[in-house]
Amino acid sequence: MSAEAEVSARTQAARQHAAAGAPRGFVRKYIFSTDHKVIGIQYYALALAAVLVGVVLSIFMRLHLAWPALHLPFVSGGVMTPEQYEALLTMHGTIMVFFVLTTAPQGAFGNYFLPIQIGAPDMAFPRLNMLSFWITLVSFLCMISAFFVPGGAPLSGWTAYAPLSALGQVTGPGEGLGQTIWLVSIGVFCIAMLLGALNFISTTIDMRAPGMSLFRMPLTVWAWFVTAILSLLSFAVLLAAVVMLLLDRTAGTSFFVPAATVVSEQLQRHSGGSPLLWEHLFWFFGHPEVYIAILPGMGVTSHLLSTFSRKPVFGYKAMVWAICAIGLLGFLVWGHHMFVSGMSPYSAFAFSLLTLSIGVPSAIKTFNWLGTIWGGKLQFTTAMLFALGFVSIFVTGGLSGLFLAQPAVDSMLHATYYVVAHFHLIMGVAALFGIFAATYFWFPKMFGRMMNERLGKLHFWCTFVGAYLIFFPMHFVGLAGGIRRYADFTAVDYLWRLQPLQRFITWAAFATAAAQIFFLWNFFWSLRRGEKAPRNPWRATTLEWITASPPPHDNFAGNYPRVYRGPYEFSVPGTAEDFLMQDVPTGPEKGARE
Amino acid sequence: MLAVALTGLVGAAVYFFVWGKWGPPAAITPVGKEVDRQYQLTLAITGAIFILAQLGLAFAVLRYRGSGRGAHYSHGNNKLEFLWTFATTVIFLGLGLLGYKAWGAVRLTPASPGAIPIEVTTSQFVYNFRYTGPDGRFGMTDPKLISPSTGNPLGLDPNDPAGRDDIVVPTLTVPVGREIDLLIRSQDVIHSVFVRELRLQQDAVPGLTVPLHFTADKIGTYDIVCTQLCGLGHSRMHSYLNVVSESDYESFLKRQEQLLRQAGGR
Repeated sequence: MSAEAEVSARTQAARQHAAAGAPRGFVRKYIFSTDHKVIGIQYYALALAAVLVGVVLSIFMRLHLAWPALHLPFVSGGVMTPEQYEALLTMHGTIMVFFVLTTAPQGAFGNYFLPIQIGAPDMAFPRLNMLSFWITLVSFLCMISAFFVPGGAPLSGWTAYAPLSALGQVTGPGEGLGQTIWLVSIGVFCIAMLLGALNFISTTIDMRAPGMSLFRMPLTVWAWFVTAILSLLSFAVLLAAVVMLLLDRTAGTSFFVPAATVVSEQLQRHSGGSPLLWEHLFWFFGHPEVYIAILPGMGVTSHLLSTFSRKPVFGYKAMVWAICAIGLLGFLVWGHHMFVSGMSPYSAFAFSLLTLSIGVPSAIKTFNWLGTIWGGKLQFTTAMLFALGFVSIFVTGGLSGLFLAQPAVDSMLHATYYVVAHFHLIMGVAALFGIFAATYFWFPKMFGRMMNERLGKLHFWCTFVGAYLIFFPMHFVGLAGGIRRYADFTAVDYLWRLQPLQRFITWAAFATAAAQIFFLWNFFWSLRRGEKAPRNPWRATTLEWITASPPPHDNFAGNYPRVYRGPYEFSVPGTAEDFLMQDVPTGPEKGARE
Repeated sequence: MLAVALTGLVGAAVYFFVWGKWGPPAAITPVGKEVDRQYQLTLAITGAIFILAQLGLAFAVLRYRGSGRGAHYSHGNNKLEFLWTFATTVIFLGLGLLGYKAWGAVRLTPASPGAIPIEVTTSQFVYNFRYTGPDGRFGMTDPKLISPSTGNPLGLDPNDPAGRDDIVVPTLTVPVGREIDLLIRSQDVIHSVFVRELRLQQDAVPGLTVPLHFTADKIGTYDIVCTQLCGLGHSRMHSYLNVVSESDYESFLKRQEQLLRQAGGR
């Protein structure tokens, strides 16, 4: 048929394969499944487990900071030692950044919805997709095992700067086997991410349904696509860096350790290496990584603001260019983590200007989000509240970046709680809001049931207010000179005087963490007892809403869509309904499908 | 309700940033004051953007909550896009260019020839400050001789006469109004030197000697803290910058030389 000839050979083959029927048996269907929808849910489950671990670690950290002499359960010895604190801090950052913020937005929602939103039966490489998930799970289990080996988890932070991380046990507890395991886990994670990125990129380029041109793709697809390109290029560098560091630790190389290094009066055997090389390699990965964490959330926000304002996205093309600009510029700004590192001060100035430039596409996105809801007809569903919350938090967290982007000002704010406030607002809150918004929005499609809206709104309010109560005061701790990664503030007078702020933050953190029970309860209860979801409960326009909730194995029950218009045709003048789905063939006067 | 929350947020933010009592202590160098001016400028600009954006969001949420009339069908406004892209670029890059002076004065300008060189050597978890002594030269060090437990934390070579008068102390004493050139080094892992009142921070990297110059204009004692995670003692790695009068500085040097002589030199 002519329709078939319009899709690529790969898509044709995928459609034929899917037509052969869904796999049978519990293991093929739910455990070792190549179905992108199952894999997406598996990533979500992994991220959920990881975030629970990460939050528990942070609660222990906050408890110790607020009351340093407190006896804590599960802490060997009762009172937390500095090395235990630094180990918790390292694992908290690592688990949250890698296993929550890099898996949930891209691995869970991207996997689930990218093929459907472009009208494809599955990802380009389903078996590779399955492998990506299982390798990620192995990486996570490996990471967790670092807690249980002799010496415990490493204490060098998620940034693992050398030589602290390169010399082994001699630099501190946990720096022996714990650090090696950490590095192996991260290396394995890189491989999983590279495989996943290949899948996303190939699928987006090759498997779009007829009529789905690049500029008719939903902004969520654009975000996942650009994020995958960033992953491919940045995780490759991290993998190389991790291998080099492992070699320094085990094979006698000296990539990152210079001569004349003396630790505890022991002259180390290394020579010729550069600690700054690790920093450059790590941050060359590390900065794109934070855009990997936030771009999908930006895509979801654009998508939801449009849907729940019943209005097209304001400046769709500008939004696409902004996503691409953020992606590209994201590779050119890594040095802003290194202004006081000892690198060339001239390069610091260059990195500063580039970093300030990346504020421009971010600002464009923010203006366009406001433009999208301006003149709209707003529906305050829980998903919409989280999308609106995303905008507020992104503005706050992004603006503090303007201070840090200037090296002179950074000289007083670097490594203080100001930075901790900045990245937690952007990553810990905004990116998380993107995940929550996506969950509330797509839960009906994924599980065929509605979540409870009242519980959802309660969850939103507790989290939105709580997050601001936790992280806004941190700016002031930082401005006063409160140093990050300190196990406690008892050794320095001026730091101890900030304890009231620290205690306030700790109480706010408890309350906000506790409020997440509303989400967990809602999620698990609704899986079983939620009201049955219709095909298109939000009256949205993109292709996932034309199919059943949840979708069949091949996504469209053999009726692959053809696309006739862009993704955000809401309130088109002259139509009967206030939305026009992408696959409806005729003009506005024929109206939309129910 | 969201509109109320956002307005409350703006109110609290303005109050705490403008009148809040938590902030850095006063700067004690001319460059530090320049940094503060740049900070205030940035605060004014970001503050204005923050207020406009959050209140804009609050207004939109209030005004356009769904009821009655339908949404306005529009794909955007190119003129507006160009306008706010251009404005944002000018403001952000302008801010960066204005901050050049404060950075360049310290980092892109070498210390003047008369600056007092003081070597800062960091190790887990202490600071050691070395003065040249009367001969004006630092003695050779050898990593194999490093032995804090026997009183030679820097590994000074006893065979080098230039090192015999080197003063090694755990706190930093400098004369007010004189330029100091810190030479920052590390023996083991990456540490850092941060003095809030100087508005200066610099990592101490093994294998590098990084210069950092300043001129303090106020007598007092200021905290030096380590800001780069360096191991389990990171939170306790702490020293003091003592800015003293010229005569007190001379007394300090004389006292240290006297102690060296009493200890029999090296």
